[in-house]
This record gives sequence, C-alpha cells and structure tokens, in this order.
Amino acid sequence: MLKKSSLISLVRGVGLIALTFFLSGCEKFIVFNSKGPIGQKEAQLIIIAFVLMLIVVIPVFIMVFLFAWKYRASNKELDYKPEWVDSKKVEMVVWSIPIAIILVLGTLSWIYTHKLDPYKPLKHDLPALQVQVISTDWNWIFIYPEENIATINELIIQADRPVSFKLTSSTVMTSMFIPQLGHQMYAMAGMQTQLNLLAEEPGIYQGLNIEYSGTGYHTMHFKAIAKTADEFNAWLAEAKQSPDVLNRAKYDEISGQRIMNYPITTYSSVEPNLFLDVMAPYMEWMGHVGVHPEDYLESQGHSGHGHHHHAAPDMNHDSHSDHDMTHEDHSGHDMHTMDTDTLNINK
Amino acid sequence: MFGKLTTGDIVQDPLTLIVVIGMIGGAIAVVAGLTYFKKWGYLWREWLTSVDHKKIGIMYIVFSLVMLLRGFADGIMMRTQQAMAIGESQGFMDAHHFDQIFSAHGTIMIIFVAMPFLFGLMNLVIPQQIGARDVAFPLLNNISLWLTTAGGALMMISLALGEFSNTGWTGLAPLFGLEYNPYVGVDYWMWSFQLAGIGSTLGGVNFIVTILKMRAPGMKLMKMPIFTWTSFTANVLVVLTFPVITIALLMLTMDRYLGMHFFTNDLGGNMMQWNNLFWMWGHPEVYIVVLPSFGVFSEVVAAFSKKRIFGYTSLVYATGVIMFLSALVWLHHFYTMANNPSVNVFFSITTMAIAIPTGVKIFNWLFTMYKGKISFATPMYWTMGFLVLFVLGGMTGVLLSIPPADFMVHNSAFLVAHFHNTLIPGALFGYLAGFSYWFPKAMGFRLNEKWGKLSFWGWAVGFVLAFMPLYATGFMGMPRRLAHLNNPDWTPYMYIALVGACIIGLGIFAMLVQLFLSVKDRKKNMDVTGDSWGYGRTLEWHTSSPPADYNFAIIPTVKEIDDFNRMKEEGIAFKQPEKYFPIVMPKNRPHGAIIGVLTIVFGFAMVWHIWWLAIVSFVGIIGTVVAIGFDDDSEYVIPAEEVKRIEDERFAKIREAMAQKTNNE
Repeated sequence: MLKKSSLISLVRGVGLIALTFFLSGCEKFIVFNSKGPIGQKEAQLIIIAFVLMLIVVIPVFIMVFLFAWKYRASNKELDYKPEWVDSKKVEMVVWSIPIAIILVLGTLSWIYTHKLDPYKPLKHDLPALQVQVISTDWNWIFIYPEENIATINELIIQADRPVSFKLTSSTVMTSMFIPQLGHQMYAMAGMQTQLNLLAEEPGIYQGLNIEYSGTGYHTMHFKAIAKTADEFNAWLAEAKQSPDVLNRAKYDEISGQRIMNYPITTYSSVEPNLFLDVMAPYMEWMGHVGVHPEDYLESQGHSGHGHHHHAAPDMNHDSHSDHDMTHEDHSGHDMHTMDTDTLNINK
Repeated sequence: MFGKLTTGDIVQDPLTLIVVIGMIGGAIAVVAGLTYFKKWGYLWREWLTSVDHKKIGIMYIVFSLVMLLRGFADGIMMRTQQAMAIGESQGFMDAHHFDQIFSAHGTIMIIFVAMPFLFGLMNLVIPQQIGARDVAFPLLNNISLWLTTAGGALMMISLALGEFSNTGWTGLAPLFGLEYNPYVGVDYWMWSFQLAGIGSTLGGVNFIVTILKMRAPGMKLMKMPIFTWTSFTANVLVVLTFPVITIALLMLTMDRYLGMHFFTNDLGGNMMQWNNLFWMWGHPEVYIVVLPSFGVFSEVVAAFSKKRIFGYTSLVYATGVIMFLSALVWLHHFYTMANNPSVNVFFSITTMAIAIPTGVKIFNWLFTMYKGKISFATPMYWTMGFLVLFVLGGMTGVLLSIPPADFMVHNSAFLVAHFHNTLIPGALFGYLAGFSYWFPKAMGFRLNEKWGKLSFWGWAVGFVLAFMPLYATGFMGMPRRLAHLNNPDWTPYMYIALVGACIIGLGIFAMLVQLFLSVKDRKKNMDVTGDSWGYGRTLEWHTSSPPADYNFAIIPTVKEIDDFNRMKEEGIAFKQPEKYFPIVMPKNRPHGAIIGVLTIVFGFAMVWHIWWLAIVSFVGIIGTVVAIGFDDDSEYVIPAEEVKRIEDERFAKIREAMAQKTNNE
C-alpha cells in the first residue's frame, strides 16, 4: 500500500511534469496561439465554454469516487437505504443546473456565431486584400485579382490588413484552414464560398486542407506568410517580374493531372476571370451555356436569393450589405434546397 | 462472364496478402474441423437456421467480436503509420492503402461491431426482460442477422479481391463518384453498408413490435426495465433514419451504375445533399449505438448498488428527449459548409440541449449509487470507467457544438479524439459491461473476474493514452485522416497514442484469455439458480441459465418496476408452479441462411458488374422471400409433460444448490 504522503508527492510530481510539458509546448498549441482577431475570439470561446462545463464535470468526478468509496459493500458503517429512489429536490437540481449552463452557452453560441460569421467583412481602415482560392487535386492556387498575380502552394498576405477570400474547388470538396488566423471554410466545385481573416503580426503560419480529398490530401499544406506593408509591396513588385504566367494552358496543366507538391511558383499575370471559369462548367446544366458566371452573379447580385447554393454559385449566404434584413427574411429557407423562385429569375 | 473481375484484381500488397492467406487458412481449418467432428448438421440445425432470439443474440455478438479484432487491427496500423510517417519517412504503407484502412476501420466499427453487438444484446435480453418467449417475428430476426453478416462477409472479401473505399466511413461527395473513384472500393463500401443497413431496419421493426406487443401481463410501459426503454428508443431511431441512408446509398448506386447525377459536381448534382442525407441518419446513428449502452449501465448500476434505479421516470423522459433531439442536430457535422449563421446556431442549440438529458442521466446513475451497497464486479468497473471518461467526451462535444469553436477544430485530430471519447466509453464500455453482466445468463457459467477486470484496465488506460494526445494535436492544427505528417511537433503525441493503442490491444488480449479460462473452468462457475449475480432485479434473471427454449414455463404477471426483485423479496422467486401447459414455439427455418448466402453473392456480383450472377441471386432472394409465404409449417408444440420434465430438473438443481448454501452457512 502506498502511504498517503508519498501518494501526494507522487501526484505533485506528475502534476509538475505535466505543467512544464504543457508550458514549454504552449506555443505549439497554435489554436491558442492565435495571431488574428477571429482566432483569438474563437480560442477564448473554447476556454469560456470549457470552464462553464467544469461546473457540472467537477462535481461528477467527485461524486463518482466519493459515492463509490462511501457506499462500497465492504464499508462497515454503511448507510444503505434501498428505498431511497426518488427525490424531487435532487431532480430539481440535476435538471436545472445543466439547463442553466446550456442557456448561458446557447446565448454565447448565438452571439458569437453571428459575430464570427466567416462571411462578415472585418472592420479595418485598410480595404481588404482580395484573394481567390482554387483547390485542385492536390494543390492550392491563390489568385490576387486586383493585382493580377497568382501563387501556387504559398499564400502571401499583408499583416494588419484584412484578407477577403473567395474559394472554389476544381474537383472535390476541400477545406482551407489557417489555424493561427481563424476559421476554416469548405471549397466546393461550381460554387463560391467566402472567408474573411486577418493576421495581426507578420509571420509564417501553417495553412492546410482539412477535408480529406483523395490520395494527395496529406500533401495539401502550405505556408501563409504575413508580411509588413513595405515587404508586401516589395513582394508585389517582385511578383510582377516573374517569368511565369498563369494562363489557361498552365492552369489546365496544374489541375488536369493529379499532382502532389507542385513547386511553389509566383505568376506575374493571370488569365482574366480564371476563378469564374473554373466554376463555369458545373453550371451549364442550368441552361447557362454561354452565360458567364460573372454576369450570372451580377444578375443574382442584390436579389437576396443568394442562399440557394446550387442555383446561385455565389454562396453568399447573406448579402452583408443588408445583413440583418436578409437574416430575418431568409431564416425560413436557407437550407440547401433549390428553390423555384431562383430558377424563375434565370428564365 | 466475370464482369470487371480479372486475375489482376487479386490483392498484390504483401502485407494484405499475408492477412488474406491467414484468413483463408483459418476458414479451411474451421471447415475441416466441422467436417472431422461431423458438426455440420448441428451447426445448420441448431445455429445457422435458428430463430431462437438467444442463439441469434449469441451469433450477433460472436460476429461483432470477430469484426472488432479486424477493426482494431486497422486502428493499430493507423496509429503505427502516423507515428512513423514524418518528414522523409513514408511509414510502412502508401497513402492510398492508409486511406482504405481508415475507411474500413470506421465502417467496421460502426456497422459491423457496434450495430451487431447492440442487436446481439437486445436479442439476448429484451424478450426475457419483458417476459416473452421470443421476438415478434422470429424468422425475420434470423434474416436480419444474415443480412448483417452478409455485409461483413463482403467487406472481408474486399481484402482479397480489389480494394476497399478510400472515402471514409461517411462517404465523401463527390470524391466517391465514378469520376474520382472508378474502381471497386467505393462499391464494396456501398454494398456492404447497404445490405447490413437493411438488416438493421428489419431488426428495428422487429424490436419495436416485440416491445410494444409482447410484454408480460402487468408490465405497463412505465414498468419496463430501463434497458428495454433505451433499446426501444434506439429502435424507433433505427426505423426512422435507416431508410434515409438506404435511399441515399441507392442514389449513389444510381450515380455509379446508371450514370445519374445526384452527388456529382456537374449536371445538377449536389454534393452538399449527401452531407445532409448521410448525417440525417449518421447523427441519430450515434444515439442508436449509445442509447442501449446507457440502458446497460442503468441495469448494472442498479443491480450492483442493490437499489432501484434513481429517478426512474425522469430517466425515461431523459431518454425520450435524447431520442427526439438526436434527430434535430445533424447539421453540426458541417457548420463549415458556408451555412447562414442563423441555421448554424439553430443546430448548435439543439446539439447543446442534448447535454441536458444526458447530464440528468449521469446524475441518476450517481444517485443510484448513493445510499447503495456497491459490489465492484466487472460490469461495475466498465460502468465506473464510463462515468469518468464519458463526461470528458460530452464536454468536448458541447465545445464542438458551438460553430465558431467548431471552425477551429472541425475535421482535426480533436474531432477524432472526441468521437472516440463518446463511442468507446459511451457505447463499447456499455456493450462490454452488458457482455460480462449477461454472459452467465446466456451461457450458464460466469466469466473469470480477474481477467475481466484486467481487460477493463487495458481498455481504460489504453483509451486515455491513445486519445488524449489527439485532443492535444487537434489544438496544434493536426487534421484527421493524414497518411503522412508534415509537422514534427505532432510526432511525440503519436508515439504516446501508439502506446495507448497497444495497451488497448492488451485489454483485448485479456478478454480472449478471460473467455478461454472461463470456458475451461465452466464447471466450477456454473450458474444454477438463473439469478447469476444474486442481485438480479429484472425478469431475465427469472429464467434458467441458459434459458430453456421457451424462456418462461409460465409467463409471469408483473406488478412493479424490477419485478424479479419483488418476487425475491416476497419469497416466491424460486417457487415451482404446480401445473404446466403446452407451449407453442417458432420452428427453425432455412430461409434466412439461404437469403444470407444469396445476398453475399448478389453484393459481390454487383461490385464486379457480373450481371448474370446479380440477376440470378436477386431472383433467388425474392424467390426465397416468396417461399416464406407458402411455408405454413412454422411452429411446433412443446407438450406440457416435456415442460414439466425440464422444469423439474431445473428446480431439483436449485433446491440442491440452496441446501448446499444453507449447509455452508
């Protein structure tokens, strides 16, 4: 039998080791080492929820061991009362405490889900950097439409300036995730999803695909590099000097065959409307042959019917210009169903 | 003649080849043994064609345990690969092989371990708990078993011929479409899942009718044992949701076989619709496998605390609330699919709300222990382990239910840790508790306690070591389903997880030793009274161990919750009735076995596009079903004298045992 004192010192020792291990590795827990406002709030939320749940969890732990010890059959002073099988008081407590906690958590979830909507543009003095993301089998293409440049398998952004991503996939479903900046978002063929992030400080952040997409899935990680404004501008200028261009032929070469680890390349120019062209083939069934996705998106623009994922390739799940209105207007039918009124517009 | 199948489809990979050769060798040994000992007739008459719910239950559980070994082997291969494959090292298998293994692991553990185990326990226990002699549709019960094993057989064939799916147990649209997956892997997954699923739907119907219509007189709904209640709710979910997956898989079949476009990228296909349909089944499925397990814990904690379950009524209502809510939460599996925040938050709140009745249940179990007299037998070990570990899984589940939090850990190792944390302690510990609790009832002798407890420690310690590191690497941004790691920070945690998986392996080994020793020492551990533990409270302990074909010579009349406990208190539990009556019982019939074998052939023919064989086997299946309708010879009568002879023998043994007990005291 272990002596009580030695048991305590054992527990203390193990605790100390665990603590050192945790602290030394702390910055490795990148979800809690966020460099963006979105990620920081999300990490905060995880911790708040965790602590709230401890209100129930800790008593459960104590009760399991306490009751098991106190009411063991071999206990000489056993207080055995087999007829004690109902108690209104206990019932009140065990129903009301979880209800109270879930009310608080539910409210938090309500507030933060709206606040941290990935589609919501981030408030900032600088205009957001626009990046169009195409996931292929199995590489990431990043197009900077305003600068008319592109990169593959490396994302360069400007620190302390919002980035507004539009995502699509040339093949299967993927999910782009930069853990230290904030939330992930699925990319799907024939559809456009959106994501808004911001890196507060310069640095190199891990980026990856976190939705299994076939044999080359495990190679789909990339570096997201946040540069200072000066460095970023210098990089833009340098990119313009690149001998490589991302024209249609180049794109077909990259996306047409299944390639892993395509070498990181910067392209000094990009085929106009490449991002929309990637989506176009999947829309032809709707009778849009010859109608360019851009015109299509425009015709959908502020009609407020952007919810219908398939009919409208822009998964503009609410047009943020009239944020609150659309939420209420469409709370009833934003499931992924096709809706006749969307189709009518197209006729 | 053989469709797409050529000799080139025989598996080439040396590792798999060894396994396949081992399996074939094992099969040959079994066949040879059966032939040598002339046991074919016995196996066919007494087991394969049996409609006895107890034997069907045992066969379900044997099948489940065999598949558990395969699923575990997949698991440990994944852990080894992830510990090895970092930087230059590619591990011991390529990505495509790894992808098949994680897909097989998930499919096996859910469809071919959890489902058959819970149907096995329900079969064994429910008719006895409600004072019935069999289930409502005994032949259908046999057919359900056969359809499940047919799916499992198809799954095993994929090891030797062709390959298995690489799109996970959930399937991934549009990756599983013909365009990205032209070979047979997805078809194997789809057909084995589909066939087993139909078996489950039929099983669900059977148990709903059994529980509603076949209870002993006096057993009102609110007097049913908790295990029967939780199984009932689980079966309601089975019948509600399995048809959804059946149809979804049928749509995928049409995509892959008839060139349709339900889930493709082009021509109006909608990959998001697959997520919707799959999880409309997939999330309730989690509760289908967990609820019966909650029932086991309720039975065990009451029996070993020697006290009625605390707050019976609120426990039943909590179960009902869980059943209801579980069908309203499926969207939390894809918060990250660009849904409107209002949609996400609706599903967030319904998901969290499940924590309320679950929390209530946990407190009910704890307060059952309170003021009890607890004996720590093996089933109680599993229950205690569940209470401690499951709470963690519940906690991380609530965390995942908050969309912004989910955005950070969705599809990461954290998610893997979370669902193993609910399914291993929540479902599997429950099944294993039920296994050790009801084993003496089914087999007539008790299990070795020492090795049973060792098995528990293997599972519990191994589980903690294997999955806590995954929570950590989830926070380090590690995705799930990764064939090769690119971040050396994760690797130390993968080593710990591998050690954990090995310790779970020791737990499984201890269970095999336990079974071996228990069979060896069975004479010493005979259960004579039928009340195997001495603490039985519900009607299943009223029958002999193993029960006679008819379970109850005289159907009991129920007066209270835990009616067998009442009988013991009133001193009438072991009183032999004065008069017996003839009993009508269902006859063993071959239809299930025929359908089962034809189903394997049909599945195989469909996978390989051997159309003539598919047509022949399908016509054969339909023909067999029609033949059932013409077969009126489905029952036989056990004469009253025969019943009396069996019961006299039993009570003689009981009297002897009781006399011995008095002498000893």
